[in-house]
Amino acid sequence: MKKYEHLLSVHDLHTTFTTDNGEVHAVNGVSFNLDAHKVLGIVGESGSGKSVTAYSVMQILAENGRISGGSIIYKGEDISKWDEKKMAGFRGKNCSIIFQDPMTSLNPVFTVGNQLMEAITLHTDKRGAAARARAVEMLELVGINEPEKRLKQYPFELSGGMRQRVMIAMALACEPDILIADEPTTALDVTIQAQILELMLDIQKKLGMAIIMVTHDLGVIAEMCDEIIVMYGGRVCERGTADEIFYNPKHEYTKGLLHSIPSVKGSREKLQPIEGTPINMLNMPKGCAFCPRCKEAMKICLEAVPEELFINQDHAAACWINVRDGITGGPAVQKEEEVVTNG
Amino acid sequence: MAEHLLEVEHLKQYFPVRDGWFSTKPLKAVDDVSFSIDPGETLGLVGESGCGKTTVGRSILRLYEPTDGVVRFEGEEVNSRNIHQLRRKMQMVFQDPYSSLNPRMTVEDIIGEPLDVHHLYQGRGERRDKILELMGLVGLNAEHATRYAHEFSGGQRQRIGIARALAVNPKFIVCDEPVSALDVSIQAQVINMFEELQEKLGVAYLFIAHDLLVVRHISKNIAVMYLGHMVETAEANELMDHPIHPYTESLLSAVPIPDPKIARQKKRIMLEGNVPSPLNMPTGCPFRTRCNYATDRCAEACPELTDRGNGHKVACWNR
Repeated sequence: MKKYEHLLSVHDLHTTFTTDNGEVHAVNGVSFNLDAHKVLGIVGESGSGKSVTAYSVMQILAENGRISGGSIIYKGEDISKWDEKKMAGFRGKNCSIIFQDPMTSLNPVFTVGNQLMEAITLHTDKRGAAARARAVEMLELVGINEPEKRLKQYPFELSGGMRQRVMIAMALACEPDILIADEPTTALDVTIQAQILELMLDIQKKLGMAIIMVTHDLGVIAEMCDEIIVMYGGRVCERGTADEIFYNPKHEYTKGLLHSIPSVKGSREKLQPIEGTPINMLNMPKGCAFCPRCKEAMKICLEAVPEELFINQDHAAACWINVRDGITGGPAVQKEEEVVTNG
Repeated sequence: MAEHLLEVEHLKQYFPVRDGWFSTKPLKAVDDVSFSIDPGETLGLVGESGCGKTTVGRSILRLYEPTDGVVRFEGEEVNSRNIHQLRRKMQMVFQDPYSSLNPRMTVEDIIGEPLDVHHLYQGRGERRDKILELMGLVGLNAEHATRYAHEFSGGQRQRIGIARALAVNPKFIVCDEPVSALDVSIQAQVINMFEELQEKLGVAYLFIAHDLLVVRHISKNIAVMYLGHMVETAEANELMDHPIHPYTESLLSAVPIPDPKIARQKKRIMLEGNVPSPLNMPTGCPFRTRCNYATDRCAEACPELTDRGNGHKVACWNR
């Protein structure tokens, strides 16, 4: 008997940054559930709030940022209410993150071994030789040759792909339940990217953790993810299985994104870009965030934020057009009271 | 007389790197590369970082003085004496729209600078008219003229960079990763603009990029580079659908496909290890250290590009 329904359950998350120009609501009511052995993809353009959502789970927001609403339930406990000390134990041990840029996320003045063993000694009771053995084991797991030698090397002596492997080794050293990957391969070449993605799926099969994959690359999403969330302007536009999102998109933004990428089969049809520029988060429209760029926008889109509604059991979208067309399978996100009574 | 707009023959670009107190050794960034581009067409140049694709573009425009080889533009050999004039016909668009525009200049001055340099107007009025025409061409509004680069988004900045390149009415533009820094939806806008400008103005592009799907979409022909060498070149769809060189094969198989059904069926040809350092190039074929088909012959001599029919050229001993 499991005590909790989902490994991680984010409900109605709001994250706000205070800036000189006013409050920026980077994340505006995002909800999702994550189970072990699953890969969840969060896709969106820059400024869509996809990274901030991931950082909110880890509570590693910039100083002017705070979680201003909602809950983050990890194994039945609301970690958004935890203090810094409790969170320090959570990060690395239960949930780890790998960042986009492997060049800057390792400390240049410490050896790889030093940084890797720090993570191990912090979160486990392994010390000295045991910690070292674990570090070697982790480097082997991520496919680094001559691990003993690598431990003594500094980050600048390694290539970009190697550094990202070290980051993954570090993130997985304490066998977390959740691995958050924030654009893990954007800075890498395609052949190295393929190696790293394969490695992540491989390790996931071995260790069974859940992965949250944050990326703007629809190709990476299509290859890696079981479930996809499409974000725009800090809100979820659409969610569903990979097949549903790619072959049956029900939100104008998702359709626009898919039309913006060149065809896989090489037909030279003109791309159909989304007109306009991404929204200014300081000046959010009253209704649907995508409305100013949407070709199909209606009057109601300007007035009210659409609710996420089920299209079918694997698929939900927040678009008024679906309401107009009568495609509704009920609200996809439960209201707060219902969660409480169900929980 | 000349059939090709641009011909590059045996281009070599070595950079001296210090390896001792008084000695240097050459870093062979581009080693014996030849290709040609016809008027109004696009050649896509792909390869991983460090393969020399950017250097090729820069050497053509003499931003570097090539070590060896000949670049001919409209039949005329490009050298350090005539390059200044030739830059009225050959221009460049850079990758990073943030650092390639002077933050202290207004958009009007940025686009007007090439006009100033080449004395392409009679009076202030004509200069202004030309600038506004160029801005209209790339989809910028007239009221943007007095603004500074930092007031624009990435996509708009790239439009400014393109307008600057178009100012001298060139026949050929080197586009060095012009869309890599942009978001997907903006990327599509800029790609469409490149295509429309080509239809309207008949300009040819050398389109350098690492995103193979984008390159396939925009290019007539594609050339693949590895460690300073050109390993394969062919018509775009021919190269993508029937790659011959083992490197091209694995490069294509590594591209993430934004289509879940195709992605699931795809077989990946994994490459072992990393790209060797261009300071310590393997003997013979540069790819042999990571190649599954390598034989003794590959270590002895570097294969030349040979035609396998329909202009599909491959540099490999074994395929």
